[in-house]
Order: sequence, then C-alpha cells, then structure tokens
Amino acid sequence: MEFSWSTAMTTFDFSTTIANTWFPAPTFTASGCASSGRELAQFFPLREMGGIVTKSVMSKVRTGRPTPRMAETPSGMLNSIGLQGPGIDAFIAKDISYLVEQKARIIVSIAGETVEEYSTLARKLRSVSGISAIEVNISCPNVENRGLVFACDPEASRRVIDGVRRTIGGELPIIAKLSPDVTDLVSIARGVVDAGADGLALINTVLGMVINVDTMRPHLGGKTGGLSGPAIRPIAVRAVYQVHAALPNTPILGMGGIASGKDALEMILAGASGVSIGTASFGNPTAIMKIQNELKQLLIDRGFTSLKQAIGYAHRVEAENTDA
Amino acid sequence: MAQINKGAQQVLAPIVSNKKVGQYHQIIINVADLAAVCKPGNFVAISVGGDTSSMILRRAFAISRVSTSSTFGGTMELIVAPHGQGSKWLCAQGEGVVLDIVAPLGTAFGIPTEAVPVLLVGGGYGSAPLFGLAEVLNARGCRVDMLLGASTASKIYAPMEGKRAVNSMRIYTEDGSMGQAGRVTDPIPEIIKDLDIAVVYSCGPMAMLSAITKITDSFSVVHQCAVEEAMACGIGVCMTCVLPVKDQAGNVSMLRSCIDGPVMDGSSVQWSLVGQQP
Repeated sequence: MEFSWSTAMTTFDFSTTIANTWFPAPTFTASGCASSGRELAQFFPLREMGGIVTKSVMSKVRTGRPTPRMAETPSGMLNSIGLQGPGIDAFIAKDISYLVEQKARIIVSIAGETVEEYSTLARKLRSVSGISAIEVNISCPNVENRGLVFACDPEASRRVIDGVRRTIGGELPIIAKLSPDVTDLVSIARGVVDAGADGLALINTVLGMVINVDTMRPHLGGKTGGLSGPAIRPIAVRAVYQVHAALPNTPILGMGGIASGKDALEMILAGASGVSIGTASFGNPTAIMKIQNELKQLLIDRGFTSLKQAIGYAHRVEAENTDA
Repeated sequence: MAQINKGAQQVLAPIVSNKKVGQYHQIIINVADLAAVCKPGNFVAISVGGDTSSMILRRAFAISRVSTSSTFGGTMELIVAPHGQGSKWLCAQGEGVVLDIVAPLGTAFGIPTEAVPVLLVGGGYGSAPLFGLAEVLNARGCRVDMLLGASTASKIYAPMEGKRAVNSMRIYTEDGSMGQAGRVTDPIPEIIKDLDIAVVYSCGPMAMLSAITKITDSFSVVHQCAVEEAMACGIGVCMTCVLPVKDQAGNVSMLRSCIDGPVMDGSSVQWSLVGQQP
C-alpha cells in the first residue's frame, strides 16, 4: 500500500488560516521563545515553518528583570525575563527586515503597560510591510490599574484590543494572547473577540514560584515566573477545548508544552487551527521541524486529507450517541 | 550582523570513554567532523535524562579539548562535576551511549596575533578548557603560565599531560591541602609585573572572574574570561543567561552569556550589577 501512502502525502493539505491569513503549515514559534529568528536560523530555514511569532516588543528599550531568570521544574521551567527587548523602532529597523529577507511569515507580538502603549505600537506596525498578523500579548501589568494584569481583567482586555483595532483598522489581523490564570477564560475570550480580535492565542505561561531551600528565598530575581513546558499541557488543552466549544468560528493558535507531533495533534483536535512551539525549542533547536513532520504524518495516518478537517475533531458528536 | 553560532550543529554523538578523575568525570565523545570547528572557550549543550526524562532543558558544558586525530576520529573532551541531576545523569553514562549534542556554541577565547606572555587562571573544574587553550597559545609561540585554585585539593583539576603546554603551573587551595595556601588571585599582580603579561585568560566562579578584573583593570591588561550563568537554551533564544555589559559608548545592556559569551572582555562586564535590576 505504499503507493496510496505516497499519494496521500502529496495531496494532503497542511495549510491553515489564522485570523484571515493563510499559512502553508500550522506550526509557529511561541512569542519569547525564538527571540527574533536569527538564533534558530542556524538550525533550519525559517520559511519552512508556518510562521515566526516574534518576542513581545514594547515601545522602548527594556533591560528586563535581574538574574536568576529561570528555574527548571519537573517537565517544565519557570522564566522571569521581564520582556527584555530593543523597543519597537529598533525592532522594525533590524529584526523585521531580517525576517522578510529570510522569507519567513511574521506575526509580531506587542506588549504594553497602558492601553495607549498598545495602540502606539499598532500604529507603528500598521505601515510596515511583510507582517502577516499582530499578536497582542495582554499578560502584562496595567500600570494604570495597580499593576493588575490586563488579561485577568475582562474590561481592560477588551479596551486594549478595541484600541489596537481602531488604530490599525482592517489592515492587519489581530490575535489576542490570553492568560490561563483567570476564573472564566471563555468570557474574556468572548470580550476580546467582540472588541475586534480575529483570533486567539492560548495559553500564555502559568504563574508560578520556586523557593531555593538553601537561601530560603524565592529562586528567581523577579520572585515569580511563568511556568511553561509539558507540565502545563493539560491546562492548555482544556483551555483550547473550552474556548473552541464556545467560539467555534474563532481561530485559535494553541500552545503550552507541545513537544511532539502527538502533542500538537492533541491541540488541533481540541480546536486549535495552529500550534506554537516554545519551551521545546530550548531543549531542541529543531523541535519545530520535528513536530511539523510528525504532525503531518499523524494526520495522514488517521485518514485526514487536510489539517482543517482535524481542527476541533474531539468535539464531534458520535453517530451512535445521536441514534441512541 | 554576523551569523549566530555559525558552524553549530545538532548531532548524535557516542561516548567513547567516561573516567572518574578525582571529584570529576572526564567524558570523551566522538563528534567526528565537528571537532575541527570547536575552539577553546566554546561550549556544548547536551540533552540529559533520556527520551522520557522530566528534565526538558539541555545542560551546557565547556569543551575542554578536542582532537581531530584520535583513534576514534574527531573527539571532544568534557570535564563534568556531578553536581545536579543532569550532570549526575551524564556522569553515569558509559561507553557507547549516544548523546544528543549541539555544538560548538558561543564565543571563543581570542588568540593574540603576536607571541606575547599570557597568564591562565582556572578556578575548580573551570581549569578544564584552559588546557586546550594553553596548547593553542603555545603553538602561537606565547609564553604560557598557569594558576589553578580551589577551596580544597579534591576540587583541583590538573591532568599530568596538561603541564606540557605551560611554562609553569602553580596551585592554590584555600585550606592549604594542595599547593600553596591562599586564593588563586593573590599572586596575579606580581606575575603580571614580573612576566610582563599581556593577556589574562580565566575560567571559574563569577567571584573569581570579578576579582581578576579588578586586578587586570589596574594594570590595563586584557582579561578574557569565560562566564557561567544558568541557561535554558544555550542558543540565544530564551534570554535567561544575561549579564550586564558596558559597550564602548558606556551604555549597559543585558547580554546573553550563551551567544555574546561565554568568553567576554572582563573589563566590560559590570560585575557589581550581576543579579541586580539594571
């Protein structure tokens, strides 16, 4: 049956659409896990993955938090970087032009301390060519509201997305990246979609802490950090499943501990239209290529002729159930 | 901008031998052609724990020496202290075990264009990469003198054959159990004066590197040090291993010790700001 297998390989449609934008493969980096691309380019051509989601950029240069910035935990890690970055102007001048040269498909992630900062960032990106979409990372402290994280406040989340949408008009698709550290994720997702988000990125890291038992103080310089890696995957699968059930027409970029093609398939079945790979790239610089190849094969093995058929397949109603 | 980690590859590399040397393990890996592109100062990132491990991050180790002409072809030598879970796992792996490695990573020690006198200072097993460096400097015609230090004798790493490429080797232990009692930094000012040292190369704990920088700054001697910070990725994407470094214009920024290091110019590192909010 080798003939039919190879036919399936060639006719299989691996493409996906996220926030009205077409990508040839459903595999992306996760923001903050690929810097701006140059580092991974030594290991594989950036244009071979679905797209790169760049590290969340802010208006100004950020030096970030003090070290130690990371702690390995069972099947995961905590990070506390504090959005170190070059600021939007240097980012557009140096990093975007590099990625465009590499023919990578680019999703630019932005982060702000105020509703206004997000809009300012969107304004600067509006006229930059070569960008496929904007990811709005709202897991940042809102300095205008006692440092409460935007993503944990439905009204603040909605206002950020509304501001970005008004600023860029209909020119660029918006993906809102949400935090799992909330009581009612679905209502926050609904709020940002109503405010103009075309897609959702689920999930950001889960807030955690490690205490060093020798110094008997929090290990990280920033005290708390974001937990990522396979340890959080079931949380991510649950989040994607719940949000897809409530908002079946909103494309989701699913992420959280994906380290294999099987993990990626799980996320697609839960309702993700694409997957982001983050922490897995730290342990394996070619993880995205490996996951991409494995996912494609797993879909073909299960008889799918396109990726799109598999999106949300775990939600299907069984024929025998309806008959009963 | 130059390509980052040009020459780095991810390969499967079998262990050729694993011997206990004092408190450390000398692990030799067959890395074939990769040996030819490794330079003193570069490091290797190794997956630990096997496929089902809960340790998801690679461990970074300084490449202590490479050989392009051993009976096994190209090999790489590592000196590993079994401190944490990952290094303990690595030290427990025997001959024939295949490792998933990424190498060579990071910056290398700069080699002087002229045959100038140089001093190599190693703290603990930080001395390991200095022996390979000594051979390269020796081949350049440099006079190479070496100082090794540790808290106690069992933490000194000084292989017999390591002495071949050095003019002199002095050992210091804080408890006096080996060599002279005292800190390895104590004799540096006099050696710089007596031997007209042009470059100090160092590898070891951050406190030692910081102390050496104070001395080299006062003599206006170049200090190339290999730093050690906790890393998640080793390839420049995670931003965890940063150090405050001053550029020529006087601006301090957080540079990644994995790609802007591990070898850095000691005088540009802002040692007093390490672990502080920059």
